[in-house]
Amino acid sequence: MTQTPHHTDVREFHPRARAAIADPKIRKNFRKAMDGLITKRKDAFEGWDLEALRDLGANIRLRALANLPDLLEQLEKKLSENGVKVHWAIDGDEACRIIRDICVARNAKTVIKGKSMVTEEMELNHYLDDHDIEALESDLGEYIVQLAGETPSHIIMPAIHKNTGEISELMHEKTGTDLSSDVEYLTASARHQLREKFMNADVGVSGVNFAVAETGTLCLVENEGNGRMTTTVPQCHIAVTGIEKVVGKLEDVAPLLALLTRSATGQHITTYFNMISGPRKPEELDGPEEVHLVLVDNGRSSIYQDDELLDTLRCIRCGACMNHCPVYTRVGGHTYGTTYPGPIGKILMPHLIGLDEGRHLPTASSLCGACGEVCPVKIPIPDLLVRLRQESVDGDKLNPAKVRGHGAKRGTLEAMVWKGWSWMHARPGVYRLGTKVASRLRRLQPGNLGGWTRYRTAPKLAARTLHERMKERSQ
Amino acid sequence: MNSRDIILQRLSERSGGKLHQPECDFSVLERPSSSVTERVEQFQKIIESVHGEVHRCTPESWIPQLSGILSSRGARNLLIPAAHQIGRALRDSGRDDLPELLIYDEPVTSWQAHLFNEVDASITSTRGGIAETGSLILWPTPDEPRLMSLVPPIHIAVLEASGLYTTFHEAMRVQNWKSGMPTNALLISGPSKTADIEQTLAYGVHGPKELIVLVIE
Repeated sequence: MTQTPHHTDVREFHPRARAAIADPKIRKNFRKAMDGLITKRKDAFEGWDLEALRDLGANIRLRALANLPDLLEQLEKKLSENGVKVHWAIDGDEACRIIRDICVARNAKTVIKGKSMVTEEMELNHYLDDHDIEALESDLGEYIVQLAGETPSHIIMPAIHKNTGEISELMHEKTGTDLSSDVEYLTASARHQLREKFMNADVGVSGVNFAVAETGTLCLVENEGNGRMTTTVPQCHIAVTGIEKVVGKLEDVAPLLALLTRSATGQHITTYFNMISGPRKPEELDGPEEVHLVLVDNGRSSIYQDDELLDTLRCIRCGACMNHCPVYTRVGGHTYGTTYPGPIGKILMPHLIGLDEGRHLPTASSLCGACGEVCPVKIPIPDLLVRLRQESVDGDKLNPAKVRGHGAKRGTLEAMVWKGWSWMHARPGVYRLGTKVASRLRRLQPGNLGGWTRYRTAPKLAARTLHERMKERSQ
Repeated sequence: MNSRDIILQRLSERSGGKLHQPECDFSVLERPSSSVTERVEQFQKIIESVHGEVHRCTPESWIPQLSGILSSRGARNLLIPAAHQIGRALRDSGRDDLPELLIYDEPVTSWQAHLFNEVDASITSTRGGIAETGSLILWPTPDEPRLMSLVPPIHIAVLEASGLYTTFHEAMRVQNWKSGMPTNALLISGPSKTADIEQTLAYGVHGPKELIVLVIE
């Protein structure tokens, strides 16, 4: 099986963006998909008091975060009582090791996976592959992306960057299906290929949408049934989740589910809402004998320390911010080079990888505000983008920054220019003389001002300074 | 310190201090009261919009209707619950126009290949439904195991009209789910589907291709 590649270099955002913008196929595939999703989302909320529902969603998430350590302990206790084994991982590597150890203890050689973004984050498939355990994605989109040796380009629709023709060719080449543009035929072929795998897999690995502390319940949202297969057919099920996905009460999942599916794909609800509270009981005839939950931190407890950045942990992973982002729609998900692309990726990833690597992410935005307007849990994404932009050029000792790698975008020349600027502005005589000299020498002003003039005309200095003109007027 | 303690300590000793806990107002989920007929109509409309099929039946008519549905699809067999009244009624009906009736009475490992490859249809009960989203509530049991509603290409669910709630929130509150959850609880809202290939809808990708609901009024 094709292995999932390591993520591409995040720092190469600009060359990739230029290439994507120049590729009409990429632009067409994304444009078509995102336009449709925007309309579907709007229709799905018709008749709802959307603002009140968003407030409720945001408050449920904030309340859960306020109680996070207690809820995690309660979740662990409840799940343990239900017979689920709970593991904690400080980072992706530790989470990978925990999963491998469970596989080794069961002598497992094959893993079937349901969709899970946190396992993309920790590059689990790659890790298992390196340790002679085959990991196969079973969500159709993820399966296609894995066949292509790529990473998902959208968190809800992983293969959205490909059109039917490309997928047909890929499946033909990798699995021997006929070349056909009949989506039903391609889907049926994948069903056939994956059914064998479900039956024979030793372990099933899934993500988690919501983990309920009150009852010890893991909730999974999906349409295909692959999530149910993954968590039911193999004898061992390992669920993996970020520590922020916990909610306090069972009733909390009702409004969050309503927001999630409508925001993501414009569905009232997905085909399956799967709630798992334990392994099979002795009298039950199917379901896994063993259920594990791996709680992954991987930078989340650092984000948790900052009052403002903490808001990113509210995210319920619906992808609506991507669907509505003019930048994402034009460049596509792979351009970002990060596990989570689009607006949420731009505020989440700088924490996980540091601003030195992720320095371009907060600037890949027009700050139009669409992402903040559609976010079902009201994450102030534009405000956070501004905050991170500030941090990326931070050199201010009065307002020390918090994100790892802050100041990565601060250049020596730029820093000197601003230092000179503030020196001059604090001295009225120097300021008046300086602006007067500059206006007299305006013909010498260079036409090329770096990044500014790449897409704009350079501003021209006036013939006389404002001070001079005001003086004339008062005479 | 192990990872668990490190994580919990970092969260408990947050440098920003204690966080504010906002009030959560669930009233946005409340709906005006409606009659059973209105709920059935809403349920039918929504589930049909996602390719589900609804047949409105009476306690007397559902078996003949089921028989017609199965023969129109050429189903060779039907997986039924052994103990539930649905299964008993089918076995006791004495009809010769029903396909072969199968019972899921041993662990799946002993007959997995047969279940995956040879079973054409299954019928299960439900714990009610949700009108607003066109959803069925299933709590699999030893009598009706989890894979019954997932593996066969046709899943038929029996829903008592009186068991229809307006919202999910109402259903879990009235049935008091928080007092004890089963190992697996499900909402099923249509046949298995995907739009992963260029947003084109295709049904039956991993689970049933058809979801047929017999609403008993």
